[in-house]
Amino acid sequence: MPLDSDQLLHAYRQMKTIRLFEERLHDEIKTGEIGGFTHLYAGQEAVAVGICMQLTTEDKIVSTHRGHGHCIAKGCDVIGMMKEIYGRAGGLCKGRAGSMHIADLDVGMLGANGIVGGGAPQAVGAALAARIDGKGRVGVAFSGDGACNQGTTFEAMNLAVVTKAPAIFVFENNHYSEHTGDAYAVGTADDIASRAEAFGMRAWRADGCDFFSTYDAFAELLEHVRGGNGPAAIELDTERYFGHFEGDPQRYRGKGELDRIRAERDCLTAFREKVRMEGSVTHAALDQVDEDVAALIDDAVAQARADAEPDPANVADDVYADYF
Amino acid sequence: MAIMNIREAIVATLHAEMERDPDILLLGEDVVGGNGTAGGPEAIGGIWGTSPGLWAKFGPERVIDTPISESAIIGAAAGAALSGKRPVAELMFADFVGVSLDQIWNQMAKFRYMFGGKARCPAVVRLVYGAGMQTAAQHSQSVYAMLTAMPGLKVVLPTTPADAKGLLTEALRGDDPVMFFEHKTLYGVKGEVPDGDHRQRFGEARVVREGGDATIVACGRMVNFSEKAADKLAVDGIGVDLLDLRTTSPLDEDAILESVEQTGRLIVVDESPPRCSLAADIAAMVTERAFTSLKAPPAMVTAPHSPVPFARSLERAWVPSPQKIEDAVRRVLAFPGRSGQ
Repeated sequence: MPLDSDQLLHAYRQMKTIRLFEERLHDEIKTGEIGGFTHLYAGQEAVAVGICMQLTTEDKIVSTHRGHGHCIAKGCDVIGMMKEIYGRAGGLCKGRAGSMHIADLDVGMLGANGIVGGGAPQAVGAALAARIDGKGRVGVAFSGDGACNQGTTFEAMNLAVVTKAPAIFVFENNHYSEHTGDAYAVGTADDIASRAEAFGMRAWRADGCDFFSTYDAFAELLEHVRGGNGPAAIELDTERYFGHFEGDPQRYRGKGELDRIRAERDCLTAFREKVRMEGSVTHAALDQVDEDVAALIDDAVAQARADAEPDPANVADDVYADYF
Repeated sequence: MAIMNIREAIVATLHAEMERDPDILLLGEDVVGGNGTAGGPEAIGGIWGTSPGLWAKFGPERVIDTPISESAIIGAAAGAALSGKRPVAELMFADFVGVSLDQIWNQMAKFRYMFGGKARCPAVVRLVYGAGMQTAAQHSQSVYAMLTAMPGLKVVLPTTPADAKGLLTEALRGDDPVMFFEHKTLYGVKGEVPDGDHRQRFGEARVVREGGDATIVACGRMVNFSEKAADKLAVDGIGVDLLDLRTTSPLDEDAILESVEQTGRLIVVDESPPRCSLAADIAAMVTERAFTSLKAPPAMVTAPHSPVPFARSLERAWVPSPQKIEDAVRRVLAFPGRSGQ
């Protein structure tokens, strides 16, 4: 079913929010105000949005260390996220998580994860829980071409197949696991989806820089999984616009590579072109979204800067639900 | 009160709690057993006999046989717990914590804190541990100290059938991840178990006996060995306070300190090597906080700094024995050699 103009605008707004959130962080990190490791998602927006906009808050996702896009797409509060990344008291996780561990269980976002491959088994657990509830909900694991090489991911895929859990393995192949190319590190001829097939589940492949390609493939996949056919996987061919982490000199990039992927593989440009050709959304409406999102990100940074640092007296709160 | 052994108490508690709370599920290797075989499901029913009848009663969605994939077992439990369920994950041998440690240590232990106190991760991991069955270096270890050192985890070690029921019930009704250690040599230990709802609070040591001359602190199988030592000492008129910790996280520091303040003498018995052990931790805590009460240096009765050996003679030498506990008590009482004065 084709998306209506409201849905298209929503998708564009989400992708644009992720893009500006990440580009702004790229600039703000240079000021020294943000500590720790930050891994930016820019370039991959069509994946998070093309998938998460088809999920409900009762569907669960587990994310990666490159998790800002998944958080925003699943409905985490952008201002709360920015405060969290700045390490502020009003952050989504009270300043305990930082960039790498943002979670919001209320919207079905079970956590970004600092451990590569840490999330896949948890998505199977979420799927097994969903199956008990019997409402057709799913558990989704976002993994990259790095996590696809972790044993936990293999174990999770096999467990999902043998238990017929409604689990979905999303492999975002941005072609770099940290600073190493998939041509070297992924042994199965650059193809991750075939691994999922080898484990006994159906797998889809789509262009992760094309929102519509991602959306349509995932729609088919989701129908398959919600229909009680066990787990499934999808591999998205996508691009990472920034380094592994902020500060990464990216000496591994080819000459002109970053310019080329920005020029030729930009999901936002492609989206604008497509909806303009089809006449489904006006450029004026998209420009308005750009303006609104820019204001939102400005506001988020301003609020994050103004927010208080967490009270050191609370350093050991919330380790346990009770007894301590 | 019914008389049953620890195994029976665990089985009965799992049945009762799964009956009471539809959110509880069980997963692990061969917790059903026989899936994919000619014998069919429940051909085995759990290699430790701790899950018979559950699959038949609660079905395959709540009683899940897993492949041999410990990271996936614990990770799935973590994900199910974050999704509102109360999973019980069984590690057939506690030693397999090594295979699944990330999901325990970096994942379930940290969710609540890391996510700003909003996450609940009520997963119970059952770990079958301990030496005494010649299961050698990779199937005999007591890894509770390592997990006790991890903020976010609770660590539970029942030594009686009543506590097995009370502590497991408490674990299943709380909202934190609990590491529930079952000593493989204690499954057959019999005792009275309260009928009906029975919860044992964590962090309340069990006073096994009161004697006043020295304080023995122990957990797991070492409680039983300490009782044997105490019987021998009693023949010579030596009375000990014996504390069964029940849980090492939370730790009943007050019970330990109160006893040592009376006796002035501490012996900690720990079925694991001495470095960074529970024994060392408790000895340090007492030395720091009850120094002026001490009449002798605390004694640690531990295994040697070695893996667990296979041969019967070697394994017996490795495990802290009742004799070693008795000797340690006499040594502490003799300090600084009063018997020779």
